[in-house]
Amino acid sequence: MKPMVIVGASLAGLRAAQAIRSGGYEGDLVVVGEEQRPPYTRPPLSKELLAGDHDVARCEFDHSRLEATWRLGERAMQLDLGTREIELQSGERLPFSRVVLATGCRARTWSGVGAGLEGLFTLRTIDDALALKETLVPGARIAVVGAGFVGCEVAATATKLGCTVTMVDIAERTITPLGPMIGDRCRELHAGHGVELHLGVGVRGFVGDGRLAAIELDDGARIEADVAVVALGAIPNTDWLDGSGLSFERGGVLCDSTLTAVGDHDVLCAGDVASWPHPLAGGTVVRVEHWTNAAEQGAAAGRNALVEPDQRASYEAVPYFWTDQYDVKLQAVGFPALATEYQLLEEEPGRFVAVGSRDGNAVAAVAWNAPRRLTIYRRALDEQPPIDTIRTQMAADPKALGATIEASA
Amino acid sequence: MKVHVDMNLCQSHGECAFAAPEVFQLGDDDVLVWKEEVGAELRDQVQAAADACPMMAIRLED
Repeated sequence: MKPMVIVGASLAGLRAAQAIRSGGYEGDLVVVGEEQRPPYTRPPLSKELLAGDHDVARCEFDHSRLEATWRLGERAMQLDLGTREIELQSGERLPFSRVVLATGCRARTWSGVGAGLEGLFTLRTIDDALALKETLVPGARIAVVGAGFVGCEVAATATKLGCTVTMVDIAERTITPLGPMIGDRCRELHAGHGVELHLGVGVRGFVGDGRLAAIELDDGARIEADVAVVALGAIPNTDWLDGSGLSFERGGVLCDSTLTAVGDHDVLCAGDVASWPHPLAGGTVVRVEHWTNAAEQGAAAGRNALVEPDQRASYEAVPYFWTDQYDVKLQAVGFPALATEYQLLEEEPGRFVAVGSRDGNAVAAVAWNAPRRLTIYRRALDEQPPIDTIRTQMAADPKALGATIEASA
Repeated sequence: MKVHVDMNLCQSHGECAFAAPEVFQLGDDDVLVWKEEVGAELRDQVQAAADACPMMAIRLED
């Protein structure tokens, strides 16, 4: 019997492996991972690990009780659906009965002017975080390029460590996927902590003599910097699947609602590389690069890998994600990037909840320092109701934050 | 079955309250409250809550 194989030894791959074992599979199970390190959790990399509050051991998952062959430090190079084999970097060909693809993303790097300079960092792995951490000393001038989730968290951590921080983004606002209102609040948050922001302006290049000295912007501004953190998003690791015969959409492997790859029912996907149709997105194909999705989808793909296609369960979990910056916990459920309009439905000083809608239907809720309230919205969102229904429900909720805001219809 | 939560780790994400609403709840002050002793029929729910916890703060004990 050929082994069941999981490609990708991070959160989604680990959870798939655990689900396959807890589902009763007793055959050979192989997990292939590009990094030498055992599976670890990434959210602390831009926060607690970077700040020195957590050590590496605290980021690592306990995978010791999982009965599997771990092929760490081995990169998968090719998926051959004809022979049912995966070619590894060593040249070895690994046969599989079924495979779960969970290869995640890598950081997008800077390829423009000054790309080779010393002092440019990206943040995706523990080793990236440890290298960057060395540079975040009091007084260091840190330029963060990209004001998305990772960029904003690095800016907050570096500020906390006493660095002088500048953040640049070609977008007009910070964390654009959460819409203009949250983006503006987040910008104010960073500005209030002393971060110098250059928004709506692109980077012309990084300059220096071997080592980074400054960043030049398209508007002519020059930012002197010791370190630049390039936080321009992530790229799904699907290059190795080129020519495999699988289909791609939204940058990931196109799957059906059960996370089964379209075209081959022995291939399942989970985490950052999975594109699948979601009911809350009106049945359109989505791809989600967040912790909870990797965790839950990994487990779901593992369970589905154990049964025949007609017995597989649809994966319909509503995405949840969060970011911690300074003293703010910002949490979101649903698909904020799909929203075309946001309404502030409740607010108190320092906390609020906003709901994003598309064509009148609620598709996302975002909470600013309001975890309990978000759980209420999350339940409401499960039904994909018109935003008016949620507004009416929350207006009648005696536990809503402050005096509920009467939104104009 | 005993349910342990390491409150030094908990950051009130509320994932558990969503996965196992009969066991976990966020209080009005956003601090987690939970049933420390639950019946075996809730095992799957509690396991789902533990799996969904971003802080990996939840542990089950038979």
